[in-house]
Amino acid sequence: MLIPLSIQSRQALDKLVLPLLVVAALGIMLLGQADRQLAERVRMGVADMLAPAYGLVVWPQERLHGMYARMRDMTRIGAENERLRAENANLRHWYDVAAALADENAALKANLHWMPDPAPSFTTGRVVRDTSGLYARSVLLAANVDSGIHKDEIVLDASGLVGRVTEVGGRSVRVMLVTDVSSRIPVTLEVSHGAAIMAGDNSATPRLIYYPQDNGPIEGERVVTNGEIDTLPAGLPVGRVHYVRPGQPVVIPAASLDHLDIVRVFDYGRASVVAPDAPGRIPLPRPGGALPFPFQPKVGRG
Amino acid sequence: MTPDQSPALQPGIQPRASLWRRLDALSRRGLPAVFTALSVLLLSAPFDLPGQAELLSGVVLSSVFFWSVFRPASMPSPVVFLLGLLVDLLGFGPPGVMLLILLIVHGIGLSGRYGFARIHVLLLWAVFGGVALAATVLQWGLMSILAFRMMPGVPFVFQWTLALGVFPMLCALFTMMSRTMANPDRA
Repeated sequence: MLIPLSIQSRQALDKLVLPLLVVAALGIMLLGQADRQLAERVRMGVADMLAPAYGLVVWPQERLHGMYARMRDMTRIGAENERLRAENANLRHWYDVAAALADENAALKANLHWMPDPAPSFTTGRVVRDTSGLYARSVLLAANVDSGIHKDEIVLDASGLVGRVTEVGGRSVRVMLVTDVSSRIPVTLEVSHGAAIMAGDNSATPRLIYYPQDNGPIEGERVVTNGEIDTLPAGLPVGRVHYVRPGQPVVIPAASLDHLDIVRVFDYGRASVVAPDAPGRIPLPRPGGALPFPFQPKVGRG
Repeated sequence: MTPDQSPALQPGIQPRASLWRRLDALSRRGLPAVFTALSVLLLSAPFDLPGQAELLSGVVLSSVFFWSVFRPASMPSPVVFLLGLLVDLLGFGPPGVMLLILLIVHGIGLSGRYGFARIHVLLLWAVFGGVALAATVLQWGLMSILAFRMMPGVPFVFQWTLALGVFPMLCALFTMMSRTMANPDRA
């Protein structure tokens, strides 16, 4: 010790350290509740620093995974060839149908003077860490943020909707998955044409709620987004309906949420609503009278 | 256990306290904290292990409790504070919760250490089970209050069970460490 102190005062000081630290911990807890932006910024700073290291950890795992998958494929290459040939024939038929429909669609749109949707720009990133804990389902992307990723953009993998961006750091981006307990996505059921809300509950299969009672979801029908949220365009594939028991429909996500690898972050350029908060928190009403969640009234807005 | 001996109990003839010897003693004294911090970093890295997030709190609780009881010189309160800060920064729960819980567990270990250090290891395990249960219930309560809703209880039960299971293994490891690599008296 630099300052010479008597043994008694040194002992008294030692006794004081722990209570002071407990008070500091309580202060940090209150500060974290009062200023969430600050806590998020500090955390994203730490995640940014660790993102390259996490990338190094993920890389060999992916190589091993790929090697294992290739070895497994080797053992059943004959059956796989047979299946692919059959599927190819089937797909060729569908290709012809799709080409004919695209032509017809183009002709009809030309006749109607259809105003085309703006083509979305996207950024591709690798998932470096699953930050899901006990209370949240989210992942961390290593993405170059200079390419212009913002909060509330839409994340898709090869086969469907993954989630939405909640926090943006210098080198990494945090994405709240559709399975998170605070995720609510307005969807359309393709066959029954009903609208519903897909509500995450931290399990692998989000629930369907608020569907029309006289026109319930049908087992196995496709679920797509509807255009209720401004940043989320209609018609993105979400998954399929499944009944775990009668009267309890859930959605089996089309995206492979438990093993995400490379995803794309889409900017649909319609960011005019409040971005979602980080998972695990309740969105507080913001000053200005706007509703806390993206369901804003359609009237009275530009 | 070989706690840091007071100068009066150390032998009169000692090797000269050169810079290397002091560094050696310092690293041995700091090993428990470094070990804990490294395991926090590793357990929050993406290894896709089942139960990885739940295991983290068990490992940190066991480590803080063990060293607070047996050698508080290697786990002083400021170090516990830094460890809690690290856990809270790497996790994405409400900030400060694990920090507070670690400090409380450290305080319990510290205040009861003269009793705890003497009892049989199985009894110590039971004591740790009680402390970990209280810590988990407190964590659940704080999380529920800070998120304004009841958190599901099952993950917390799982977390407590993992903490209970990992404690004897870590206890054996730490006992070995405290006799060999983490023993400042052998510097």
